Amino acid sequence: MEAIKVRELRKSFGDFEAVKGVSFEVGTGEVFGFLGPNGAGKTTTINMLCTLTKPTSGHAEVAGFDIVTARDDVRRHIGLVFQDQTLDGYLSAEQNLRLHAELYGVESKVVKPRMEQVLRMVGLWERREAQVMTFSGGMRRRLEIARGLMHSPRVLFLDEPTIGLDPQTRASIWSYIRQLQEQEEITIFMTTHYMDEAEFCGRIAIMDGGEIVALESPERLKEAVGADRIRIETADDERAIAELGERFDLEATVSEGAVSFAVADGEEFVPRLFAELEVPIKAVNLSRPTLDDVFMSHTGSTIRDAEESSAKNRNRAVMKAMGGRR
Amino acid sequence: MSTDAFVAPPTVEVRVPPRSWRSEVRAVKIVWRRELIRFQKDRMRIVTSLVQPLLFLFVLGSGLQQLSAASTDGVDLKTFIYPGVLCISVMFTGMFSAASIVWDREFGFLREMMVAPVRRSSIVVGKVFGGATVASLQGLILLALAWAVDVPYSLGLVLGVFALQLLLAFSITAFGVMIAARITQIQSFMGVMQMIVTPMFFISGALFPSGDLPGWLAVLNRLDPITYAVTPMRTLVFANLDLSAEASQTLNPPITWFGWEVPIALQVFMIFALGMAMLGIAIAEFNAGD
Ligand SMILES: Nc1ncnc2c1ncn2[C@@H]1O[C@H](COP(=O)(O)OP(=O)(O)OP(=O)(O)O)[C@@H](O)[C@H]1O
Ligand SMILES: [Mg+2]
Repeated sequence: MEAIKVRELRKSFGDFEAVKGVSFEVGTGEVFGFLGPNGAGKTTTINMLCTLTKPTSGHAEVAGFDIVTARDDVRRHIGLVFQDQTLDGYLSAEQNLRLHAELYGVESKVVKPRMEQVLRMVGLWERREAQVMTFSGGMRRRLEIARGLMHSPRVLFLDEPTIGLDPQTRASIWSYIRQLQEQEEITIFMTTHYMDEAEFCGRIAIMDGGEIVALESPERLKEAVGADRIRIETADDERAIAELGERFDLEATVSEGAVSFAVADGEEFVPRLFAELEVPIKAVNLSRPTLDDVFMSHTGSTIRDAEESSAKNRNRAVMKAMGGRR
Repeated sequence: MSTDAFVAPPTVEVRVPPRSWRSEVRAVKIVWRRELIRFQKDRMRIVTSLVQPLLFLFVLGSGLQQLSAASTDGVDLKTFIYPGVLCISVMFTGMFSAASIVWDREFGFLREMMVAPVRRSSIVVGKVFGGATVASLQGLILLALAWAVDVPYSLGLVLGVFALQLLLAFSITAFGVMIAARITQIQSFMGVMQMIVTPMFFISGALFPSGDLPGWLAVLNRLDPITYAVTPMRTLVFANLDLSAEASQTLNPPITWFGWEVPIALQVFMIFALGMAMLGIAIAEFNAGD
């Protein structure tokens, strides 16, 4: 059975369309990732699937229940870790979990053992009585994951579960996620900006500007790009791009301060490049396809470039919002 | 990072039951309990919210005593304004309790509650009851000061005052939560509440008798819902004092509508009915939200 089925899901805020009719399916037990730059519509999609926001149009089922007509049933079967923190800092870790268990109607006699299980799983059992206020960012994140698991959800939604965490904590969170998948037959739907994390997913959907531009397993996506990627630093990027177009019929772009393009066989091409290009080359870098390249081939920019430009837009929007406030 | 991170503990089976009235009751109870736990942990709030009532009672009360000795028929001004101060304390803490829903939104916790498989009304009811309980617990501290203003204790006084405080706290919190459904920023929320609650408090006659007021003030006074909380409170406290009929008449005249004396029971009922109505509106607003 499919854990999540989505058909033509759309969400508009006023006349801005944040999610432009996405469709996909996630199988039971799968780890499914949403990859995309800021503002791509990842959180908006999750919010619709979790019944927090009503879709403008389209249809979706989670754990076999319709997200519009059976909101409660959906809620009973999902766990959620939001992008922003939603713990009560005044309460202890244990009190936060207990509160959650009560809200979800977890049978009283299993609350304690389940709490111990999830807290041990994220390595916070010893700190259960401490106020959450005193926790570090990584500890809070792990506690939120534990909380999302309190009621044994069928589908766990994780919106950027590892953002802002150090690599060590990120790795440990990933190990919990995989452990979970083995132990609880749980379906995991997550979003991330980190390319290296997307590799852990069974399948990933690349989202950009409210649309899914690619959906495959990471290996297949990389294969599809096929080509090797060459990045060169030159004295004159503009001219280099023009020359590459004329001489080799290659389409090159500038990203992160270097000219980059794809070729079928990089090792053979590099010597020709040095021999035939007139613009002086300062450095050259050849790489096998990565998810970054996949992202680039589908969206025309690296995820970091996409983020920088959208961060600029967002700052502008924030300034506008602040200026326009009553 | 602790070392037990990778040990797999046995899986505990959990099933979330379908929604029932029992799960709603549990939700109300836990939201209510959370307010109490937070109140307990927040000593500072207990202290700061006592400042204002104490200022009114001891500074204003003692200060103006010199002017008013002649006209209060021998009753100390502090004793006179004591019932009013019992009300103000509850009003302002009730308001702060309601503000917690705005904080919860700001810190994201509201979302955790809103996405739970329970009715939003259960969350709102739990919030309002929790806020009301906290406010009236705060009120109990002021009740302990009765001896300082020459009000003798009796079981009736303690129970009566607590019940009235609970009722007033409920209505004020419901009012606050109703406002909080619309105003989502803490600064604006506090501003709006101050702007509404402070005049209501002054006009209510918490600090003066409502007998011979100038026409415009008398009208405002009768329109102010808080009047109908202050008068029963004062009647209750004065019933414990040994007052002359005259003093009682000047200091605690009955509230009249065009000459008709409004019964105390009706006044209390009005506060209750208003509270319920605002709770209803608050629930409707939270249900309508995304
Ligand atoms: N409540 C809202 N009102 C108006 N616009 C919104 C609202 N929520 C989201 N948007 C817009 O929808 C777009 C998608 O936002 P969303 O939060 O889904 O992005 P995201 O992919 O989760 O990005 P991030 O990686 O930054 O979390 C953004 O342009 C955002 O400004
Ligand atoms: Mg997001």
